[in-house]
Amino acid sequence: MEAFVFFAAAAILLGGALGVVLARNTVHSALFLVGALIAVAVLFVQQQAHLLAAVQVIVYAGAVVVLFLFVIMLLGVDDYESLEETIPFQRPAGIVLGVAAVVAVIALAGNTWATGRPSVRGSLTGPASGFGNVEAVGRELFTTFLWPFELTAVLLVLAVVGGVVLARRSHPGSGDAPDASAPRSEGAE
Amino acid sequence: MTPGPLLAVADPLFSDGVDLTVVLIVVGKTVAVFAMLLVAVMFYVWFMRKVIADMQNRIGPHRAGPFGVLQTLADAIKLFFKEQSSPDTADPWVYRLAPYLAILPAFLAFAIVPIGGEVTIAGHRTFLQLAELPMGILFLIAMSGLGLYGVMLAGWSSGSKYPLLGAVRASAQMLSYEAALGLAIIGLLLQSGTLSTRGIVDLQAWTGNWGSLGDWPVAQWLIWPALVPFLIFVVAAIAETNHPPFDLVEAEQELVGGFHTEYTGIRFAIFFLAEFMNLITMSAIVVTLFLGGPAGPGIGALDAGGWFNAWIMPVFWFLLKLLVLLYGTVWIRATLPRLRYDQLMSLGWKFLIEGALLWAMIAAVIRVGGDQGWSTWIVVPGAVAGAALLYGLLWASMPRRGELVEEIR
Repeated sequence: MEAFVFFAAAAILLGGALGVVLARNTVHSALFLVGALIAVAVLFVQQQAHLLAAVQVIVYAGAVVVLFLFVIMLLGVDDYESLEETIPFQRPAGIVLGVAAVVAVIALAGNTWATGRPSVRGSLTGPASGFGNVEAVGRELFTTFLWPFELTAVLLVLAVVGGVVLARRSHPGSGDAPDASAPRSEGAE
Repeated sequence: MTPGPLLAVADPLFSDGVDLTVVLIVVGKTVAVFAMLLVAVMFYVWFMRKVIADMQNRIGPHRAGPFGVLQTLADAIKLFFKEQSSPDTADPWVYRLAPYLAILPAFLAFAIVPIGGEVTIAGHRTFLQLAELPMGILFLIAMSGLGLYGVMLAGWSSGSKYPLLGAVRASAQMLSYEAALGLAIIGLLLQSGTLSTRGIVDLQAWTGNWGSLGDWPVAQWLIWPALVPFLIFVVAAIAETNHPPFDLVEAEQELVGGFHTEYTGIRFAIFFLAEFMNLITMSAIVVTLFLGGPAGPGIGALDAGGWFNAWIMPVFWFLLKLLVLLYGTVWIRATLPRLRYDQLMSLGWKFLIEGALLWAMIAAVIRVGGDQGWSTWIVVPGAVAGAALLYGLLWASMPRRGELVEEIR
């Protein structure tokens, strides 16, 4: 049963990931991304990381990709994207880095750390129960990792405030600055 | 036969192995819940039309079947045999996929709703509930997040203006109210102390003691300690399901049909089904979280157990509570006019989200105070006064209506 769930989720994940890269339409890419994210959530559930699985779906599939789609819908999809490459050596560098990443994953998968623990390999069903459940993660987050947690919150607030400042900088007197109401009247095409 | 361990509790993938009986039980439960939801939608649409007709001094549907009960079925059959057209500008794949993306999360979210208590089927102990997940109520938030895709992609893939506007409205509205929904649940979880829907229902179960008033069935419900989250949750849930007065997604006076303008035949019917299924699921979640779920008095001696008290009474109480809530939604639909878009946004962002956050703060202070043994007479007014002060500061710093308009112009 574990093997079946794993291979089914892995197949959806790989299919989705390939779809993200290969789809010609941006919206199709985003949809494939949702499929891949949900497959990752299934794998998290299998590893007993229930909170991670829920957060994966809530944050990534439920909010981030929705915002991607929102932007695509507002700005429209360009089918005639320029295929001219502006950065030289981009393609060969990409191939080299991709091969290096695959080699690294395969090497790490069979490796063990100096402590004798397997580096990335583990049981298909994950560690003992109670490891990734909500209570355990919450306790760690609010005791051991309190400072990183609070600093992340500050970072997010800064990002929001920055976004608001950038979006509202245009004032009526500032001449050529883009008007807040302008995209609505022109950009809908 | 000694009952085995509980099915599908804290182990949704059955890593301990499955046999045919378990597979059959799970499949049977899934089919039963799906059929129940379909019948519930059919019944609800008839119920809604009949009640609104009553409120408006009309008769309502009365031709198909006794009291017009079969009217929805007749409509569904008609839609099945209608031509399915699609616009030339539509994106064919996404256009066909969108109805299913709309209906799937509505059905899946119902999986965590406890319909009844614990029963024994063929020697296996199981809950009358599709799945008891360790992530519990987080699953609802995840599914209501995914529910957006159906509406959004339907509007975009139709390749026409009105559906696109409906879809853009939908994504903004549902994203905003999802925040309020989630934050209201935080306030509730501080009271319940558990994420699992089964655990939340067990908390509200009747202790079987008529002696003191605090132990009576209704007094155990979480709606009393969590009244503020309840109100916020109900408003946010109505907005999340695009039910009137928040149905700006398909406002017919402004957007023809909103996101499903270009859909015909059975695909349109599926959107219709998804919308009402969402409403029923959300009402069932409200029953679970705040109104005690299937908890209620049994028949005869309370510890008698038995077939009737295990199978029938909990389901009866659950359906009764659900019916009352659904009547409330019909009442709202018949009574309240649709909000303007800016009213919708200001309600969500200026009241519901702040209210839920402040309530979470108050609940946390009261809980810590209880754990530390502080005096309730100081902690509760202190927390409420602090929250009121914070909201007052926030309110004073919000731009007034005139200011805002001037600045954007």
